[in-house]
Amino acid sequence: MADLMKYVEEQVSVGNELPDFKPGDNVVVSYRIIDGDKERIQDFRGDVLQISGSGISRTFTVRKISNGVGVERIFPMNSPYISDLQILRRGKVRRARLYYLRERVGKKARIKEKRTLR
Amino acid sequence: MQGLIGKKIGMTSLFTEDGRNLACTVVQTGPCVVTQVKTIETDGYSALQLGFGERKAKNVSNQLKGHLSKSGDVISQKLVEFRDFEIEKSLGDTITVDDVFQAEDIVKVSGFSKGKGFQGVVKRHNFAGVNDATHGQHNRQRSPGSIGAASYPAKVFKGMRMAGQDGNRKVTTKNLKVLRVMPENNLLLIKGTVPGHKGSIVIIEK
Repeated sequence: MADLMKYVEEQVSVGNELPDFKPGDNVVVSYRIIDGDKERIQDFRGDVLQISGSGISRTFTVRKISNGVGVERIFPMNSPYISDLQILRRGKVRRARLYYLRERVGKKARIKEKRTLR
Repeated sequence: MQGLIGKKIGMTSLFTEDGRNLACTVVQTGPCVVTQVKTIETDGYSALQLGFGERKAKNVSNQLKGHLSKSGDVISQKLVEFRDFEIEKSLGDTITVDDVFQAEDIVKVSGFSKGKGFQGVVKRHNFAGVNDATHGQHNRQRSPGSIGAASYPAKVFKGMRMAGQDGNRKVTTKNLKVLRVMPENNLLLIKGTVPGHKGSIVIIEK
């Protein structure tokens, strides 16, 4: 049965090839928006709060502060509307779910950058 | 009527062309063997009896073995009769998913719902309970309350909803849409949910 589920998920997958990102990373998601018969691309820039789910139903949550208000958006990994995802900054975090950021504002809501040795 | 017997495999999600992310159930449907053809002349009505799956010969009665030997060597796990089957088939033929179902078909699916055991009225019949821990209440937060009047009628009416076995009964879900047919693995993708646990036998009718 597990093999069959795997087969089905391969069949219905959109085949997005997203870079390998983690919670704490600052990313820009380019999302295609269809407005009547016009199509435009909207960027959503923020920190990845969590990656949840498994297989084809994996989703990730991005949080940003827009005009002083926290905005979170959940994207399915398998969405055909994600046209691009760029990692701007790798974050150094110690947990997989960064819910604590919701209670923090301003300087306290910053995430340390992960620096890798060249 | 047309239909097949299947096995629930699991659930997943699927993006449609208009951009909606739909929850769907994967059902392994068929291949089914025709184990008996009933006709108006011999039986008074027309139907096909179909078999699905496989069982060990030692677990089957001799009567059933004799009945199934007419259609082949396979001992089916489940036999279901479909009245007035619209596809002409003879004894021993196999029917596959793509013979019966196409994408966009509207189907009804029946199976046995997940067993919940002996449950109280709040879970079983969606009673509200008392919803109050104080104001004179104690140890009765999920109780049913009154089940009738007093010396008239002096009895509890039949069919009064009470605690008891919940789930594990036959449930039919109607008007489900077939999203995709995958004949290479005998799979059917059905929009929405289907009764039963993973691995349970379901009957899909068109």
